[in-house]
Amino acid sequence: MSPDEIRQALLDILARIVPDEDLSLVDDDVPFREQMELDSMDFLDIVMELRKQYRVQIPEDEYIHLNTMGGAVSYLVPRMKDIQSPA
Amino acid sequence: MLTQPHLTDHERIVITGVGLTAPIGNSLPEFRGNLLEGRSGVVPFETRYMGPVLAGVCRFDELRYQKRKEVRRGTRAGSISVYCANEAVRDARLDWPAVAKDRVGVYIGITEHGNVETENEIFEISKYGYDTATWSHHHNPRTVANNPAGEVTLGMGITGPHYTLGAACAAGNLGFIHGLQMLRLGEVDLAIVGGVSESIHTFGIFASFKSQGALASHADPAKASRPFDLDRNGIVVAEGGCLCTVERLADARRRDAPIYAEIVGYGINSDATDFVLPHASRQAECMRLALRRAAIGPEQIDILSSHATATEQGDIEECQAIREVFGAAPRLAVNNTKSFIGHAMGAAGALELLGNIPAFQDGMAHATINLDRLDPACGLPQIVANTPRDMGQVNYILNNSFGMLGINSVVIVRRFTP
Repeated sequence: MSPDEIRQALLDILARIVPDEDLSLVDDDVPFREQMELDSMDFLDIVMELRKQYRVQIPEDEYIHLNTMGGAVSYLVPRMKDIQSPA
Repeated sequence: MLTQPHLTDHERIVITGVGLTAPIGNSLPEFRGNLLEGRSGVVPFETRYMGPVLAGVCRFDELRYQKRKEVRRGTRAGSISVYCANEAVRDARLDWPAVAKDRVGVYIGITEHGNVETENEIFEISKYGYDTATWSHHHNPRTVANNPAGEVTLGMGITGPHYTLGAACAAGNLGFIHGLQMLRLGEVDLAIVGGVSESIHTFGIFASFKSQGALASHADPAKASRPFDLDRNGIVVAEGGCLCTVERLADARRRDAPIYAEIVGYGINSDATDFVLPHASRQAECMRLALRRAAIGPEQIDILSSHATATEQGDIEECQAIREVFGAAPRLAVNNTKSFIGHAMGAAGALELLGNIPAFQDGMAHATINLDRLDPACGLPQIVANTPRDMGQVNYILNNSFGMLGINSVVIVRRFTP
């Protein structure tokens, strides 16, 4: 998957986790939790959905890389490069 | 034992607000209207693994009082509870921002809780080779037994006590009884009480009743729930909820609250005989206990809201118990709400009580529908078959609610007269 496809995949996951948020305004450099109502349990849903949908296993001590959209995409690119986009 | 004539206004407990969702209504006026019109809420329903079954299904607006995220994070029982509690508080005309939230208790009867979420998770991980790493971190907060009551406190900012009362299908009445007790003890100043059920979303309840030979079927869903009828063939499972605000009469008077009824009698006892089979003598004892607390005789009850679920032995045992206590009492009207909506489990007792309470205003005993061939063993002369009965003035209503493991509960309410 390309960086853009990974970003879209994360937006799709967020749309299910925080359905009341307007995700068109996500700033890639600002932590998710500073721009939307996203608590620790919601954050774990991102990890869970990546595991279930893309079989990506993220060690707990690397969760910090998922704090921002930009950081998450950078972290996931090498781990998802061989995955075909579902679209 | 506290009995009615000796109580002060600080010990007398009244119902001041009602919130409900039932298969035939999302407010008390709508529910009552359909009960008087004889409309069934039983419909075909798809449940996992079993294919089509019949069920009583609710269609309330979950988003009236919850964000979409809250609905996703929580449970169906939680959403039912949040809806009903908010509706009750609004109906009670409470100045909610000014209410001391640490003096509010939430006591919700449930038949069971957690089966829905557990079945969902097992189904979910089955899609991932039963890898438990895909088991949701939301499972525990969704399945803890206090979940429905806890979601109410989260949604409404209530900081007083909250918990559920697990009492099988007697649980709806228990919510009222426990709230009354906590108010009399001075533990809280306002109690949100009643019962809820999300049981139709677990295939297990249908499968278990079917294995027991106690799951209703009928070509016409509206005719499937047939208490007291010779052609009954079991239970229709329903979801629903009914929560009420209850207060000490002194507090209700002070704020000039609307008062639906006064809770004047109650009883809870146990059969101590069988896991599933009911026991008429213990049920009769429970009704007599409630009458003693209300300090009235059986001849003073106008409407008896029966528990009967349309299982043969259950219906017959309850009729035997009613016969033992009430004899041929000529004025009594015996009716049944499950014939309209099915068995709403933890919500049943509360919905069945509240569906009858408008009789204090309209003087009508709603009917028991689908009663075409009365089982002679259920041949009470007082059953209101198929058509509502005009009672004139209704002063007392007795509500039966019984459950598995032999738990019986009875609540008696009285028309409130200032």
